Amino acid sequence: MMEVRWHGRGGQGAKTASQVLAVAYLKAGKAVQAFPEYGPERSGAPMLAYTRVDERKVRRRCAVTEPDVVVVLDPSLTHEVAITSGLRPQGHLLLNLEAGQDPGAAVAEYPGQVLAVPADRLARECGTRFPNVVMLGAVAGWLGAPTLEQLGEALDEVMAGLPPAAREASRQAMRAGYLAAERRDAS
Amino acid sequence: MARVETTSQVLTGAEATAHAMRQIRPDVVPVYPITPQTPIIQTFSRFVADGKTDTVLLQVESEHSAMSAAVGAALAGGRTMTATASQGLALMVEVVYIAAGLRAPVVIAVGNRALSGPINIHGDHSDGMLARDSGALQLYAQDAQEAYDLTVLAPRLAEHPDVMLPVMVGQDGFNVTHSAEPVALLADEEVGEFVGEYRIPNPLLGGEGPSSHGVFAMPDSYFEIRYQLVEAVEAAEHVYDELAAEYARRFGRFLPAIDSYRMEDAQRALLVLGSAAGTAKDVVDDLRGEGERVGLLALRLYRPFPEAALRAAMGGVTRLGVLDRAVSPGAYPPLFSDAHAALSGTGIELRSFVYGLGGRDLSTRALRQVLSELAAPAAARIRYVGLRGEDDDGES
Repeated sequence: MMEVRWHGRGGQGAKTASQVLAVAYLKAGKAVQAFPEYGPERSGAPMLAYTRVDERKVRRRCAVTEPDVVVVLDPSLTHEVAITSGLRPQGHLLLNLEAGQDPGAAVAEYPGQVLAVPADRLARECGTRFPNVVMLGAVAGWLGAPTLEQLGEALDEVMAGLPPAAREASRQAMRAGYLAAERRDAS
Repeated sequence: MARVETTSQVLTGAEATAHAMRQIRPDVVPVYPITPQTPIIQTFSRFVADGKTDTVLLQVESEHSAMSAAVGAALAGGRTMTATASQGLALMVEVVYIAAGLRAPVVIAVGNRALSGPINIHGDHSDGMLARDSGALQLYAQDAQEAYDLTVLAPRLAEHPDVMLPVMVGQDGFNVTHSAEPVALLADEEVGEFVGEYRIPNPLLGGEGPSSHGVFAMPDSYFEIRYQLVEAVEAAEHVYDELAAEYARRFGRFLPAIDSYRMEDAQRALLVLGSAAGTAKDVVDDLRGEGERVGLLALRLYRPFPEAALRAAMGGVTRLGVLDRAVSPGAYPPLFSDAHAALSGTGIELRSFVYGLGGRDLSTRALRQVLSELAAPAAARIRYVGLRGEDDDGES
């Protein structure tokens, strides 16, 4: 089973990202589960969401304590929250960071793979202010699954309520993240 | 049985339940739509607003009023459903007793959550247990797929002529209500055909003659009327079994009253309600892989309590760990008490474990620990799993 932990701030779309990734993996033929961790619901407060992916039905309903992948949607969280807590030593840590930005001590000490993607900038270039879609693309590009097509279909389903222009911008941003991670030239 | 199908959609338990309600097309859904309400009503009210169902969504001023309106609507002759959670169910309970006593077959979707105080709306069975002795039937779903299937099944159970009682369909708050997973919905027409037309004897509207409901009963008749309620609740077990068999025949999903998992030759087993079952199945598989003879029993039907079926399911088990997500301060918790009475005289040793109050996580590690403790003599009267200071799993 692969477990992904999403770090975001309330309103940044961590919960949505956790669901889009789950839907995309379902399209790839996997069993999935996605859920947020609920605290006091305040815009801007640090929050968590999770995606589980497996070959067979995901039955467990317990918390994710030792994720394989951690995705951090907001650069400031690297200094504020224990983002590497429980992250498996041979896991993946994906950060929204500009080249040259200080990722903090915890990231420097993390022995697994680390990839930084300038998601805020890539999102802006594509006409959206949401880094979550860039990071979604980057996760898939880095892990090699799900495909960009599966992600795109999942995005359309989960974000069906968005106006067409905003959805197109999100798709572009996702593609930018996917390509950046696939080329590994992001940072 | 939940299947991962290519036609599945990723839905939360709450969304899946709202889809079941849309497909059932109840005539009336009275609700009080604020916290601690769940996304069940948020989603269902959107279906109503979008014209996906022609249900009358009645917004009332409290949960007490929601249940009161539900009783009136059901007895008037309309199929009636509502949804609630936590304090909302607590406020409803007075009228849930009345619904059962008046034999109003209302289906109540419950996102099982803690009761105040302190204020907490996370997963917990305290709200359901508050309504335990009301005469309403209680079902508990393990996941979103079961929440959907049990909701589709519930109107037939509630409205069966031998039953005529409210049915609560419980799903653990957050663990199921807010957890998204693949859910395979039936076709709208399949659900419509399965639930059929709503028919009750002597409805207030559209019946053959005048009828009175909610009448006064003196000591010369109250006892007999309450006894009829007891008989109806007990009759519901057989009706549930028949409906579960029919559901399996029609749709290929079998949801027996007791989910018996890897009980063949088991010596130690766990008994649970709700979403703990899924986590426990993973742990049972792990321990079986290590050669341990362990199994799991999960009740989908909690009221009526499937006493004979539980005895039959025990097989060669010598020690049973009963996990309660609620307490009865000063006494043993509810599921343990029920199981203890049901299994008296069998020689099986029962142990009481309380877990998960107010959303405290129940980890695979904690469940492994519970099963390993079952192999040794009891260390405590009631073990509080995950309580800080009680064991190492009490972090968070």
